[in-house]
Amino acid sequence: MNFKLKDIGPQLMTVIAVVLVFGFFTYNAQVNMENRGIDFGYGFLSQESSFDVQFSLIEYDGSHSYFRAYLVGLLNTILVSVIGIFLATILGVLVGIARLSPNYLINKFAAFYVEFFRNIPLLLQIFFWYFAALRALPLPQDAEAMFGISFLTIKGLFVPAFIWENFNIFFYSIVAAIVAIIVIRTHAKKVQETQGKQIPVLLISIGLIFILPLLSFLIGGVRLSFEVPVLKQLATTSFIYEGGVSLPPELIALALSLSLYTATFIAECVRAGIQGVGKGQKEAAASIGLTQNQVLKLVVMPQALRIIIPPTTNQYLNLTKNSSLAAAIAYPDLVLVFAGTALMQTGKAIEIVSITMFTYLSLSISISLFMNWYNNKIAITEK
Amino acid sequence: MFKYLKQLTSLVAMVAVLFTFTTESMAAKKSKTLKNTQKKGFVRCGVSQGLPGFSNADAAGNWTGVDVDVCRAVAAAVLGDANKVKFTPLSAKERFTALTSGEIDILSRNTTWTLSRDADIGLTFVGVNFYDGQGFMVRKSSGITSTSQFKNGISACTNIGTTTELNMRDFFNSRGISYEPVAFEKADEVVAAYDAGRCDTYTTDKSGLAAQRTKMKNPDEHIVLPETISKEPLGPVVRQGDSVWEDIVRWSLNTMIEAEEYGITSSNADSMKTSDNPQIKRLVGAEGEMGAAFGLDNEWNLRIIKQVGNYGESYKRNIADTGILPDRGPNELWTKGGILYVPPSR
Repeated sequence: MNFKLKDIGPQLMTVIAVVLVFGFFTYNAQVNMENRGIDFGYGFLSQESSFDVQFSLIEYDGSHSYFRAYLVGLLNTILVSVIGIFLATILGVLVGIARLSPNYLINKFAAFYVEFFRNIPLLLQIFFWYFAALRALPLPQDAEAMFGISFLTIKGLFVPAFIWENFNIFFYSIVAAIVAIIVIRTHAKKVQETQGKQIPVLLISIGLIFILPLLSFLIGGVRLSFEVPVLKQLATTSFIYEGGVSLPPELIALALSLSLYTATFIAECVRAGIQGVGKGQKEAAASIGLTQNQVLKLVVMPQALRIIIPPTTNQYLNLTKNSSLAAAIAYPDLVLVFAGTALMQTGKAIEIVSITMFTYLSLSISISLFMNWYNNKIAITEK
Repeated sequence: MFKYLKQLTSLVAMVAVLFTFTTESMAAKKSKTLKNTQKKGFVRCGVSQGLPGFSNADAAGNWTGVDVDVCRAVAAAVLGDANKVKFTPLSAKERFTALTSGEIDILSRNTTWTLSRDADIGLTFVGVNFYDGQGFMVRKSSGITSTSQFKNGISACTNIGTTTELNMRDFFNSRGISYEPVAFEKADEVVAAYDAGRCDTYTTDKSGLAAQRTKMKNPDEHIVLPETISKEPLGPVVRQGDSVWEDIVRWSLNTMIEAEEYGITSSNADSMKTSDNPQIKRLVGAEGEMGAAFGLDNEWNLRIIKQVGNYGESYKRNIADTGILPDRGPNELWTKGGILYVPPSR
């Protein structure tokens, strides 16, 4: 009995302390809000927001609700995070490998990049890209066309929009290609395990993913045309491009600075991972006759990934959270739209900040769960 | 003799306790905010992060502006020294939370008085120290001279967390013009982005446009369009629930405006004590008990006028002489064709 109390006593006390602290804060907030005549409640979420947002992935204007404004902000946060994670991963892997290159120039350049970008505060980098680098871009009327169809200007990047005919057939062709690839991969694995024969899965996969959609164009009646942005005059010296898709400079600056910054950390993770695989492993693999590519694919990478994934997960989380610095340069992310404008217009500070905190928490936990799942998948399976 | 000593001491103690109790409750009756302010020795005032003419700090950290003067007037009234103010620069987004959470006691930060702000979020507006309206600024070279020339696809830079964002939507919507709002948290960033050519127009209160124009690379390249698209009565705000403090701030502002009406200035205030006009005498503390209800002495209003000046002096010093808005427009006294009209101090 005594032993048991000693065991659960500290835990119990901690729980009580935590509950008391939370209770105190809740009570304190309630009393003070009551004194100052502030109501508490989430009813405002269904009210009309009556403010517009610059850039939105879903249909939105001020006649929609605050909840929809929240979704707009959330999707914009996810968008910039996904773009950032994608670019940072590619760049990080490239730079990480480059740091191990025997070529002096490549090696030192990669080292310089890592040291330079990871040692400057992110907010400064965002300001630099937005206020210094993008400001040097031309006005719309002075912009040179890239490939004749895209325009990079101070008001954003204007690219052609795709206009599809029979898009669903094209979509099904891609789905069919992916299903076929999965079937072939499973089959190839079986063949290798039972007969020891190797089927060139990669080549077949690449072929399939190109040929099937191509067929949909030739015989499926799919048509693709482009809507090229056209310069439109607003006033004597003020122009804009109409038609096509426009990416706001705020998004470009934010995605660029987030990925350049985070890539440095990912590069270090990758370098550590590759260097963490014992030299003996590579030599042993080579000695049984595997080619250079096979050594990398079958021996080094599977082991390196186990070292790379956990710290890289942290970097993905950091990038997602750092995207909230968007507020500094007018990119309408969750913090700017919801914890900024919506908070100001409603005055519901506690409600909105709590929703925002909870949202970031959920986002981070989702990324974390996914990466843990992936990490478990590639971990050594003890037999 | 010593027999009654014990009883005597307890009687003295009881009287002392009673006395403390009564003074304590009277002080509490005055105002909690007032009591705290007098204890601290300075007025805690929330201002902008830099808006010339309204609240702007120079290189040495001295704050000037008409919004700043409201806080200085309160300091002169309750502490006797207009310099005993601690200024907290706040973004539009932070301002109300700073006030309701008790970080500041007066918010004097070109804040528009609206129904929802007054009623919803635990704030009380005490008056108007500047009548403003939202306008648009464009580059002269654009050839735009009126908002009727705005076309679909125009991009507009502005601040988040202001009535500006809402008015802008009403304006463009009612005219059926599609536009791109680019909203920043800080005014300096809005100006930088507009100045660089990110936006075709910059929209905020007209006084703000006039003030920010002075900060641009080349002010002459920009013009403020004549149209005014909204009513923006700007004024000081206090927390809800302390009506005495609310009255002190309200009447500090009213005193400045009324002093101008009666021609009392910082230089002639003392000599006005002997005026024949009882209204003037009340404004310089020479007649009536005008401070008692606030828990202040009788010369609180005299100190405001002497140390800060009347509204006209403040306007001239901060807004007219700095070239921001030389013409007072609606911010002229009602007796001179403007709409400044305050209830009488009596």
